[in-house]
Amino acid sequence: MNKPIRRLSYVVALLFCSLLFSTTWVQFVTAKSIDNLPGNYRTLLNGYSRQRGAILVNGSPIAKSVPIKDRYKFVRTYPSAKLYSQVTGYYSFTYGAGGGLEGSEDSLLSGQSDQLFYRQVLDMLTGKPPSGASLELTINPKAQAAADQALGNQRGAVVALDPKTGAVLAMVSHPQYDPGTLASHNLNSVAAAWKALNATSGNPAVNRSIAGDLYPPGSTFKLVTAAAALSSGKFTESSQIPGPATLALPQSTAHLPTDDLQPCGPGDKTTLTHALEISCNTAFGWLGLDLGGNALRAQAAKFGFGDTLHVPMRVTASSVPPLNAPQSAQAAIGQYDVRVTPLQMAMVSAGIANNGAVMTPYLVKDSRNSSLDIIDQTQPQQLSQAVTPAVAAALTRMMVTVVQSGTGTPAQIPGITVAGKTGTAQLAAGGNPDAWFTSFAPATNPQVAVAVVVENGGNAGSEAYGGAVAGPIARAVMEAVLKP
Amino acid sequence: MSTVTSFRPRTRRNVELVLLLLAIAIVLVAYLDVGLAMGGTFPPDLIKYGFGLLFLSVGFHLVLRWRAAYADPLMLPIATLLNGLGLVMIHRLDLAYGRTGSKLLEPKQLMWSALSVLIAAGVIIALRDHRQLRRFTFTAMAVGLGMLLLPLLPIIGRSINGSRIWIGIGPLSLQPAEIAKILLVIFFAGYLVETRDVLSMVGRRFLGIGLPRARDLGPILIAWLASVAVLVFQGDLGTSLLFFGVFVAMLYVATERRSWIAIGLILFCAGSYFANLVITHVQVRVLLWLDPFGPKALAVSDQLAKGLMGMAQGGLLGSGLGLGHPQLTYFPESDFIIPSFGEELGLVGLFALLLLYVLLVERGLRAALGVRDGFGKLLAVGLSFSFALQCFVVVGGVTRVIPLTGMTMPFLSYGGSSLLANWSLVAILLRISDQSRRPLPDPEELAAASAAHTQVVRLQ
Repeated sequence: MNKPIRRLSYVVALLFCSLLFSTTWVQFVTAKSIDNLPGNYRTLLNGYSRQRGAILVNGSPIAKSVPIKDRYKFVRTYPSAKLYSQVTGYYSFTYGAGGGLEGSEDSLLSGQSDQLFYRQVLDMLTGKPPSGASLELTINPKAQAAADQALGNQRGAVVALDPKTGAVLAMVSHPQYDPGTLASHNLNSVAAAWKALNATSGNPAVNRSIAGDLYPPGSTFKLVTAAAALSSGKFTESSQIPGPATLALPQSTAHLPTDDLQPCGPGDKTTLTHALEISCNTAFGWLGLDLGGNALRAQAAKFGFGDTLHVPMRVTASSVPPLNAPQSAQAAIGQYDVRVTPLQMAMVSAGIANNGAVMTPYLVKDSRNSSLDIIDQTQPQQLSQAVTPAVAAALTRMMVTVVQSGTGTPAQIPGITVAGKTGTAQLAAGGNPDAWFTSFAPATNPQVAVAVVVENGGNAGSEAYGGAVAGPIARAVMEAVLKP
Repeated sequence: MSTVTSFRPRTRRNVELVLLLLAIAIVLVAYLDVGLAMGGTFPPDLIKYGFGLLFLSVGFHLVLRWRAAYADPLMLPIATLLNGLGLVMIHRLDLAYGRTGSKLLEPKQLMWSALSVLIAAGVIIALRDHRQLRRFTFTAMAVGLGMLLLPLLPIIGRSINGSRIWIGIGPLSLQPAEIAKILLVIFFAGYLVETRDVLSMVGRRFLGIGLPRARDLGPILIAWLASVAVLVFQGDLGTSLLFFGVFVAMLYVATERRSWIAIGLILFCAGSYFANLVITHVQVRVLLWLDPFGPKALAVSDQLAKGLMGMAQGGLLGSGLGLGHPQLTYFPESDFIIPSFGEELGLVGLFALLLLYVLLVERGLRAALGVRDGFGKLLAVGLSFSFALQCFVVVGGVTRVIPLTGMTMPFLSYGGSSLLANWSLVAILLRISDQSRRPLPDPEELAAASAAHTQVVRLQ
């Protein structure tokens, strides 16, 4: 009977090998994906019981975990309350991590990232409690506060970039909320806060500067049209182009009027510079027809339209749809189905400011482990070359005239040359328009590029014009960056 | 003239003692670890606990020295280590749940461990030769089947979690199937050693495999029907699979005919197919097995999902004893004790535990190889294989190799009947291994005996 006993021992070996395999499968191969399953209470508990990394602006925390004497050991606090709500997002026991960096950088903050593996092994061997990495942001706290204050109780968003690096200097979205109310360990009050947050009109949890429903850019899109015109080689900034009171659109009975129903220049003609200065719809509509939809789309793509960026939060891609002739006239002045994020419009200004080179925007300067060793440092990267330096210089001169003598005068800063462009985007007939302003300064050695959108005309209501409503906000942010 | 020095195998009892002390040391370190991790202080029970464990296992060791000097030296240390680690985990869960007084499970398990070790020592003392058991072949069958059916009786039968495999006597809940396992293996061994010659007859050949004669199919069909009955009436997949698997394995060893395995597998597949068609309890288990994290499965039960999440959280190295959250899983001290260990000791710790089980099974099979009588061989194979199959059913169930079935992990899990049965099982294996390693009586002694008045009949 010994032969079958030996054979049976192979069966036993096979049975146990399958167990070694299955335990390896559960605990090693698929462990990470099981950990990340929704409703995995252990992952949440673990996240809570270790010190989550802080989010820092200029060295001082805007989100940090502090020890607390309860079963979760640490509680997340947000010292600036509402100011950074869409930047940090929330970290809630009940609702998870989301709404901003808390969500997109969760693995780093919680210490689960592979980048921290070496450190974690060391910590385990030395018996140090594991902790997450902290993130130092590129935000300029003065610019952030100025943007928040200038936007006031109006709905909208402000983004400021360093045009030379792509670093995000300010990112504000109104309305805001206090993520601290969601981080409390009193789960009933968290549930109440969550309910209140979702019931608030205007959806405060959405970061309007990079996501949400996106905005029609209005006349700020004329910068893209102008860039396409100059890049085509057919036009210079002083080229004479048609600027009648109304422009008949081909293939349709529709007409495109100017805002004041007057021609933009004598003899229904105007220069490209003057057309931008007074934001002449018919002149830019004519350019759209002349250049064609594809040229507009190609130029927009060079500024970053269509790219899904991660700053590291996911940025919804701005878009220009395929256009026929009349649509290209409308798209050229920012109407039709052109949809943008404020960040995208800031990138347009920043690209022009930076000799045509659009830098990839980023929000995290560096990440450090618990011993404050830098584990990752963001290096500025060029996203694209949107226009040649010569075209960028021409566009800059045109944008300076907008602020000096055109629609953008409210953004003037004494002693500093500002380049900018206004926008007033009519959403629906009868509704109040969105007010836009995008600009950079100083024009000769740009330090900051801004995009501002104020929904429904803000406090100005139906009287809203981009320059009057959004211009002063952009000025406040630029001043905060430039003035010591 | 050269002297013939006969090879005299060593008893290895000292090796056993050293390994036993090592096992106790590991258990005490684990206990200390739990105390420090969860309370932050030196656990005062440690000394009492250590002495208790030492007293019990060294006592058993001395019984082996006295009555089974050639018994396998690895089995006792492994059983002690597993039992001790199980106690540590149960103690750790007591702390996590904040149990006090009569709700504490660890003292109960400790009591059952002591009782089980005493009974195992009793088995070693009373059972001088495993062949004595052969006399009880049919008694074992009757009692074994009776125990298997006991939970179906009214009043004492209890249904827990859809499986009617418990009986309650006063405050005690017992799983009689655990004891029935040993009794039925004794019966199988006694029965098969009698009938193996008949059962190994070849009827006709098919695809090069000799098939048994149709009239010899009776026993396997009865075993199959019995296990199907367990499945249908008690809703217990694990026990059903265990009995049928052990029977087929023993039938194969007894007859050396692979055709029995083929027939067994066909019957098994047919049985599981129909079970999945007809029995809702089984359908639910299969659903949970295939997609434990799917919304359909979670609507029924998140038991398996929680166990898997615990294991996944443990990862390679585990959280460390007392630092995970095994209390979030259901039944973390009985059916799901393996995920509890996986979470806190990691994949590495789980591998170590599985290797201990493999080692124990391997020693049992080795005893089966060495022992000289057919009954002993079948008994040792049956006991070892049932032990291995039970490990497979439990660990395979919580790691999704097979559908989850309610069964205890030998020695680790909380449960008196399980401890009692497995310590007795190890005692019988120790007895058989003693027989298999014990040297044959010295030829000179035999010669002296044959010169005496009574003649010794020498068969060799």
